[in-house]
Amino acid sequence: MNGESVLSARALSAGYGRSVIVSGVSFEIRGGEILTLIGANGAGKSTVLRTIAAQLPAVSGSVFLGQSRLAALSEPEIARQMSVLLTERIRTERMTCEEVVETGRYPYTGRLGILSKEDHRIVEEAMALAGVTALREQDFRRISDGQRQCVMLARAIAQEPAVLVLDEPTSFLDIRHKLRLLTLLRALVREKQIAVVQSLHELDLAQRFSDRILCIRSGTAERIGTPEEIFDGGYIERLYDLPAGSYHALYGVAEPEPVRGRPEVFVIGGGGSGIPVYRRLWRQGIPFAAGILPKNDIDYPAAAALAGSVIAAEAFEPIGEAALRQARETMHTCRRVICCREHFGTIEQANALLREEAAAAGLLSET
Amino acid sequence: MDQKRMLRRFGGFLLLGVLCAVFFLLETVTGSSSISIETVREVLTGQSADEAARRILLDIRLPRAAAALLLGGALSVAGFLLQTFFANPIAGPFVLGISSGAKLTVALAMIASLQSGIALHAGSLVAASFAGSLASMGIILLISGRIRNMAQLIISGVMIGYVCSAVTELAVTFADDANIVNLHNWSMGSFSGTAREDIGVITVIVLTGTAAAFLLSKPLSAYQLGESYAENLGVNLRVFRLLLILLSSLLSACVTAFAGPVSFVGVAVPHLVKGLFGTAKPIIMIPASFLCGAAFCMGCDLLARMLFSPLELSVSTVTAVFGAPVVLWILIRRERERSM
Repeated sequence: MNGESVLSARALSAGYGRSVIVSGVSFEIRGGEILTLIGANGAGKSTVLRTIAAQLPAVSGSVFLGQSRLAALSEPEIARQMSVLLTERIRTERMTCEEVVETGRYPYTGRLGILSKEDHRIVEEAMALAGVTALREQDFRRISDGQRQCVMLARAIAQEPAVLVLDEPTSFLDIRHKLRLLTLLRALVREKQIAVVQSLHELDLAQRFSDRILCIRSGTAERIGTPEEIFDGGYIERLYDLPAGSYHALYGVAEPEPVRGRPEVFVIGGGGSGIPVYRRLWRQGIPFAAGILPKNDIDYPAAAALAGSVIAAEAFEPIGEAALRQARETMHTCRRVICCREHFGTIEQANALLREEAAAAGLLSET
Repeated sequence: MDQKRMLRRFGGFLLLGVLCAVFFLLETVTGSSSISIETVREVLTGQSADEAARRILLDIRLPRAAAALLLGGALSVAGFLLQTFFANPIAGPFVLGISSGAKLTVALAMIASLQSGIALHAGSLVAASFAGSLASMGIILLISGRIRNMAQLIISGVMIGYVCSAVTELAVTFADDANIVNLHNWSMGSFSGTAREDIGVITVIVLTGTAAAFLLSKPLSAYQLGESYAENLGVNLRVFRLLLILLSSLLSACVTAFAGPVSFVGVAVPHLVKGLFGTAKPIIMIPASFLCGAAFCMGCDLLARMLFSPLELSVSTVTAVFGAPVVLWILIRRERERSM
């Protein structure tokens, strides 16, 4: 791996004409790295990407491709070093997928754009890498969105870029194709030492597939860092203006706000058994309380987000007297109790006790 | 598969080449006085003793056939360029009002020259026509910046065409001169008015324009993917768009200057070619459109002359009969594709 930066931005302001949409963009990426831009809709991710891809002039500051300023390079020079995959759909006419991939070779062909043997070999290789060789003769208009995106990726690869710029490459794809595309990208980056700049909406994917993340919020590039740095300390909620605690970075799930009001149902959960019940109650608009959950239980983040109140116990410790007392009080103010568990372990006998009490009081309900 | 594709392309060019040759020959031998192929050969090699046949061939039939060939080709190439430029399959010089704009300025130039008694050179006719084409193109460009819908753009073009035609009619009505009949004939679209001296200018403009378009086939095919991708592939959009506008205007201006507005060829021919060759690659489309347009216009001209002989139809009447259904077919097919 070479340590030289392939693409960098210094104090870049991106926008249209003189009006700045995003300012303060500074980063440096090397070959083999993926930089992902995240931020709310309309934050200006696409504007930054278009500026990096030389489709918009920088309002101020500059972008460097290798050691050269982007603004000083000619169109063909840029074309040989950078390829793009954009959100705009291309409208082809009578073009096979292979012909679409072949367009990636244009910066390397002569006056009339006729491909050489070597060009064909590279096209072939790019299609194999993107897994679209079988689609070769298919009409580009008649394949699925997922396949189309892979063909467009093959096209971008065939351009043999040092930098690949992708604007929301996973939008409109189903979950399988999202994973496939990003896995492919990851492998490609490793193999060819390409630097990738992309924007993503899926936070969980951004977290898993990026080396570095650039966060854009209210007109500025607010933070840049590793996924660990960005997805820590509740920053994501601030980035997207979400209520604190609603995004759980380890699961990559954002929960909606809880139903307010006095709890009507008490849910005894734990170990994942509670989540479906929390979600169902939330959908029905019924305020509920959840307990007694150790803070490291997988039910805990969902309960913390969706339940009106959560009775929690310290992680890895037996449930204490105080928690039991509090749970008992809350439970008796509810009209019914749902117990999601059959069996309780040694450190959470308090929950077994709660169930017995609920049954005795006739509060226990199946649903 | 590659071989099959090559065969199809070769076959396509062969077919178009043969059609061009046959129609060209028919243009020279048929007419009110029939001239045998033998005589044609003799005239061309300069051995003919028949002065009447010589005059008919060299002054009337050959210029007419050459005009149909060259201008038909130019019109189709212009149509293809405009379709690519506007990313609109039913764009063309006629439907976008570019031909009518050219018609207006040419008519004005003709009337002015008749009244002042200064004869118009072929070159100045083209210049007038080019100015009109560019003016219409400018208006269309302004409109296309505001509307994205392909049908609306075409409607705007048709409206521009109507306005230009109305003004032309007005100018023709109030210009009192015996030669107006001539002007009227031309304003309906016809290859008959082309003089032997004009062929030189036509050849130069059409061949240069077509060759230039052919040299643009690489950026054209990048442009087919959309502006952003074209830019990423290293196309200088500003220069490229300007060239495209100038070339398509020049080619359609040349047609209008000598043959008047000829309808639907620019729209229909590129689509016939796409169907025939199974591709929309500019490197194929430009030469093939040229040949197909040449054959199409010569064929239509033959029909215009022969159908109700000795009465002659305007060539636009015939091209519309064949061309307009193609446009309808495109619209219907697109609708079906969208619902797929």
